[in-house]
Amino acid sequence: MIPELGHFALILALMLAVLLAVVPMAGVVRRDLTLQHSAGALSAGLFVFLLLSYACLTQAFLQDDFSVAYVANNSNALLPWYYKVSAVWGAHEGSFLLWTLIMGGWTLAVALRSEALPTAMLARVLSVMGALTVGFILFLLMTSNPFERVLPVAAAEGADLNPQLQDFGLIVHPPMLYTGYVGFSVAFAFAIAALLSGRLDAAWARWSRPWTNLAWAFLSVGIALGSWWAYYELGWGGWWFWDAVENASFMPWLVGTALIHSLAVTEKRGVFKSWTVLLAIAAFSLSLLGAFIVRSGVLTSVHAFAVDPERGMFILVFLLLVVGSALALYALRAPVMRAEARYEGLSREVMLLANNIVLVVSTAAVLLGTLYPLVYESLTGGGKISVGPPYFNAVFVPLMVLLLLIMAPAPLARWKRTGAAQLMRSLSKVALASVALGLVLPLAVTGALELWPVLSVMLGAWITLALLVDALERVRNKQGLPAKLRGLKTLGAGYGGMVLAHLGVAVTALGIALTTTYSTERDVRLAPGDSVTLGPRTYLFEGVAPLEGPNYVADQGTVRVFQNGQPIAVLHPEKRRYLARQMVMTEADIDPGFFRDLYVALGEPLGEGAWALRVHDKPFVRWVWFGGVLMMFGGLMAAFDRRYRRLKLRDQAALAGALAS
Amino acid sequence: MHPKRKQRLTLVAFLFAGVAVAVGLALFALNENINLFYPPDQIARGEAPVDQRIRAGGMVLEGSVQRDPGSLAVRFTLSDMAGHDVPVVYEGILPDLFGEGQGIVATGRLRANGTFEASEVLAKHDENYMPPELAELAGRKAPEGQRAGMATLDAGG
Repeated sequence: MIPELGHFALILALMLAVLLAVVPMAGVVRRDLTLQHSAGALSAGLFVFLLLSYACLTQAFLQDDFSVAYVANNSNALLPWYYKVSAVWGAHEGSFLLWTLIMGGWTLAVALRSEALPTAMLARVLSVMGALTVGFILFLLMTSNPFERVLPVAAAEGADLNPQLQDFGLIVHPPMLYTGYVGFSVAFAFAIAALLSGRLDAAWARWSRPWTNLAWAFLSVGIALGSWWAYYELGWGGWWFWDAVENASFMPWLVGTALIHSLAVTEKRGVFKSWTVLLAIAAFSLSLLGAFIVRSGVLTSVHAFAVDPERGMFILVFLLLVVGSALALYALRAPVMRAEARYEGLSREVMLLANNIVLVVSTAAVLLGTLYPLVYESLTGGGKISVGPPYFNAVFVPLMVLLLLIMAPAPLARWKRTGAAQLMRSLSKVALASVALGLVLPLAVTGALELWPVLSVMLGAWITLALLVDALERVRNKQGLPAKLRGLKTLGAGYGGMVLAHLGVAVTALGIALTTTYSTERDVRLAPGDSVTLGPRTYLFEGVAPLEGPNYVADQGTVRVFQNGQPIAVLHPEKRRYLARQMVMTEADIDPGFFRDLYVALGEPLGEGAWALRVHDKPFVRWVWFGGVLMMFGGLMAAFDRRYRRLKLRDQAALAGALAS
Repeated sequence: MHPKRKQRLTLVAFLFAGVAVAVGLALFALNENINLFYPPDQIARGEAPVDQRIRAGGMVLEGSVQRDPGSLAVRFTLSDMAGHDVPVVYEGILPDLFGEGQGIVATGRLRANGTFEASEVLAKHDENYMPPELAELAGRKAPEGQRAGMATLDAGG
């Protein structure tokens, strides 16, 4: 009964989505305020029914209702309850239902938090989001219904959730990632609504800025969580593979990053308007492209869902429809947009333009590498290739170095024009200090100078010190430390968010460069009592013992780690065999630290108690994700800047004044 | 020059420089880093290039896996189950679902003596998942199934 209720709720949600797509928009066309106002109620109804539908599927999992095919394929009675709840998004159908629910959540949030928006604008935005939701629900109902039953009930036990997914990572990574992905639909809807209205002024950018920052914050932390999860779960210590699915989430992030910067310029200066609109369309289109790549199985990937041409086709058609109509509208309306202001060679506008170009070019490079296997196959009539990480590193890393270089002067530059002399004065000391730090720090710590550590420390210091200099200059006129601190506070949450996010980028970049250069690993054959030395530490293998988990049995190894003869950690890597699928899983054990991770994974038994072991020493690896967390807080802080509320009220007053006159 | 035009010119110059650099880098890097995929029959017929990084895929022949007792070296035979076999050597830890009768994709170099030296072995990580390369090789569509994954292991980084 409950699955049918969920299915029915989903159908009702579809009806409401259709109404939301049509009615408020018709209200705008016919200048009917009642119809326009219906958008709020329809958004609320849509969300409620999506939530109901989602709750029903969750209930089916909790009740072990194996008559539902999706539950039978992805759950098991022995699964702990928290994995049952997250198994809902453990495979294609349910994860797309979560995606759609999150879409409903964003729609409702926009409806609730936009009371200051002109009614017609809000109606357009919500209608666009409704239209997108129609596509998502249709996709669910037509190709990926999670409520489908198998009768008579074939499975008594359920095939179990893929053991790789039985992990904390599954609980947090997909919801965060999807919230980010889908969040770009808000910026997209605002862009389309602005194009439809022809009112592409600074107000549009201001309205969509907090939403875009929010989506970006979620996407940043979602990607970081995914990377962390892959690192400890896959058992071989890598944290980024340039895998098609990773790229699928990374491309919207890159364009989203360009978008939040471009929106800033459009809001503050009224320039780059058509470019910003294009970026908003691109960011969401890339999110959809990501969904296509992940769910069509056209590319070999770490996380491909099983291949189903019908699903791939549906998303492809939907993607082409969305992108096509958005671009057609853009082509019709973009000439209307006119720049309102001028800027010169060394202004913040130009710096942000450079940021945008580097980010878009990087996105194009990643896109090329990701889709090239498909292009090649169709060009050569079936030739199969893969594009390896060396390609991505060779193209991406130089571009990022360029981006990090611009990141220091950009916050210091002033709008419109910046005196070159002034910029030089502020930055020359920073440059000197960065070069000195870059040479001294790696040398002092490791006794050697290597390219990437030196360069990354220089760039990290370059960004950090420039932010510091900028903050100090902004409170130059305040006397005494307390006054200066108060002065910093008045700079606003938007400024603070920028600082945090930029620090996050610096930390991630440092983490990537340092861990890539300094990480060491060894695959060794160890019998009990054998030990292996890696760097300053010795790993003593004491053999394995059997262990019984709730739904698996395991061989648990014991590895004692010594440094200078002192024991510093005991690690217990496991080799698990999950009973329902008879699937073997490596469960690495990690001794985490701010400056280094010790990472041990069991390979395979080699007879007579000996095992293949993989031992990693990974300095600074946590910085990669810690930077992502900083970026998230930066994005959140900027999104909740009070300035938007204040300016919203001002917009409202201006509008009321305009209506009254 | 008119400031407006100057502004446009900066923009165009920026864009042009950016795109030129990126295209140059990308084409160079792509040229260097494409790994062509070869099924066992093409390798057995000598159609695959020697000493170049390529990918080979097929089934691990039953009874062909031999481990070196003192190290992590392993050799096995990659087969298309239609009589074309390629001997493979690998040193390192194999993925969890590597096994005889399983489909795998290996990245490495073909040596002149016809042996494939793998530096990376990918095994499918779900009984329902089939990498696109292998699906075609096996002459059938990959079966419908659930979420799946590939586990990869990279020998020596």
